Amino acid sequence: MNVENTSKQSWWTRIAHPGQFVAWSRRLLVPLWIATAALFVLGLWLAFFASPEDYQMGDTVRIMYVHVPTAWLSQFVYGVMSVSAIGTLVWRHPMADVSMKAAAPLGATFTALALYTGALWGRPTWGTFWEWDGRMTSTLVLLLIYFGIVALWRAFDDQLRAARIVAVFTLVGAVNIPIIKFSVDWWATLHQPASVFRLDGPTMPGSILTPLFVMVFAFTALFLTLHLIGMHTEVRRRRVMSLERRLAQRGAA
Amino acid sequence: MMSAFTAILLRDLKLALRTGGDWLTLALFFVMVGIVVPFAIGPDRELLSRLAPGIVWIAAFLSVLLGLDRLFRADHEDGTLLLLRLSDLPLAGVVLAKLIAHWLLTALPLLAATPLLAVMLSMDPPAFLRAVVSLLVGTPGLVALGTVGAAVTVTIRRGGLIAPVLILPLAIPLLIFGVGAITTGPGPDQSGTALLLLAAISLIAVAVTPFAAALAITSAED
Repeated sequence: MNVENTSKQSWWTRIAHPGQFVAWSRRLLVPLWIATAALFVLGLWLAFFASPEDYQMGDTVRIMYVHVPTAWLSQFVYGVMSVSAIGTLVWRHPMADVSMKAAAPLGATFTALALYTGALWGRPTWGTFWEWDGRMTSTLVLLLIYFGIVALWRAFDDQLRAARIVAVFTLVGAVNIPIIKFSVDWWATLHQPASVFRLDGPTMPGSILTPLFVMVFAFTALFLTLHLIGMHTEVRRRRVMSLERRLAQRGAA
Repeated sequence: MMSAFTAILLRDLKLALRTGGDWLTLALFFVMVGIVVPFAIGPDRELLSRLAPGIVWIAAFLSVLLGLDRLFRADHEDGTLLLLRLSDLPLAGVVLAKLIAHWLLTALPLLAATPLLAVMLSMDPPAFLRAVVSLLVGTPGLVALGTVGAAVTVTIRRGGLIAPVLILPLAIPLLIFGVGAITTGPGPDQSGTALLLLAAISLIAVAVTPFAAALAITSAED
C-alpha cells in the first residue's frame, strides 16, 4: 500500500478501526436523536389523540402502540446480533464484536418490555397477566436466550476472545429459534385450543395502522441510537482496559 | 481416520470406567430426582402417573446438564484437547466421538434406570415403553446441544454454572416433544407425531452441533 491510497481507504476498512469508527459515527448521533424524538412525538400524538378507541377494548388498545414495536425489536435485535456474529466469524471485523456485545442487553430489555406490556394488556382484555400461549411462551424463551448471551459475555475476562465464542453460540441460537417457535406452537395448540382472543382476526383500519407504523419506526430509531452509544461505550471501555493493562505491565517492569 | 475416531471413543470410555463410577453417580442422581418429586407433590398415584412423563424428562434433563462439565474440561486442562486438534481427524470428528462416548456414559445408564422410576411413579407398561423410546431418541440431541454448551464454556473457570443456563432454553423443543412422545391424552393421541419430530430435532442436533462445538473450541484456544 503506498502513500497515495492510504487516505482513500474503503469505508469498510475505515470503520474497522475502533477509533476511526467512533470519530466517524459520532456525527450520526445528533441526527439519530432528532429523528428518534421527532418520530416519538409524532407517534405518541397519533397514538393518544388521533387514533380511535377499539370498540371492544376501549382505551387499552393503545398499549399496542408500545407492545408491538418492542415485540418487533425483540426479534430485530437478534437479527442484528446474528449478522454481527457472521461478521465476527467470517471477516473478524472488530466492530462486529462490539456491535454484537452492545446489542445483547438492549435486546433483552426490549423483549422484557414486550412481555411486560403484553401482561399489562392481557390483564384487562384476557383477564390474566400470563397465558401459556404459543407466541408469549416463545418470546419468554427468547428472553432466556438473551440472558444466557449476556451472562456468557460477562463470564469472559478477555473480551476479544469472548467475541468469537459468543458469535458461535448466537448463531446456534439463531438456528434454534425457529425450531423453538414451531415446537412451542405445537405444544400450546395441543394443550389449549385457540380460545384466546387474537388480534390478527380482523384487518386493522388505517387510523390504527398509521400510528402503529410510526411507533415501530420510532422504537427502531431509538434502538439504533442506543446501539450506537453502546458501541461507543464499549470501544472506550476496551481502550481503558488496554491502557490499564499497559500501565500494569510498566509497573511490573 | 476411522481408527482415530474409535480410538478417541474407546479412550473416553476406558477413562471414565476406570476412574470411578461417575456414570453410576449420575444414574443415581436421575433416580433420586424421580424419588424426590413425590415428596414434593404427595403420594397420589393417579397424579404421579399423570405427571410421570414430565418428571422422567426433567430428571434426564438435570442429569445430562450436571454431567456436561466433564465433556471437555479435563482434556482442556491437561492439554489433551490441544493435541487432539493436531490429529488427522477434523476437530468436528473428535467432538462427535466424544459426544458418542459421553452419551454412552451418561444417557445409557439413565435408560437402564428408567424401570425403577416407572415403578416409583406408577407408569403403566405401555407408557414405560414409550418413555424408554422417547429417552433413547431424545437424549442424543440433548447431549449434542450440551456439547455446544460445554465447548463454549471450556475456557471459563466457572463455566460449570453457565453452560446449563445457556443450553436449557435451546433444549426446550426436545423437552416438549420428548414428553409429547410419552403422553397420549387428553385429546387425540399425537405421541407418534411427537416421536418423529423428536427424532428429527435430535438427528439435526447431532449432525450440526459437532461443527459448532469444534468452531467454539478452536476460537477459545487461539
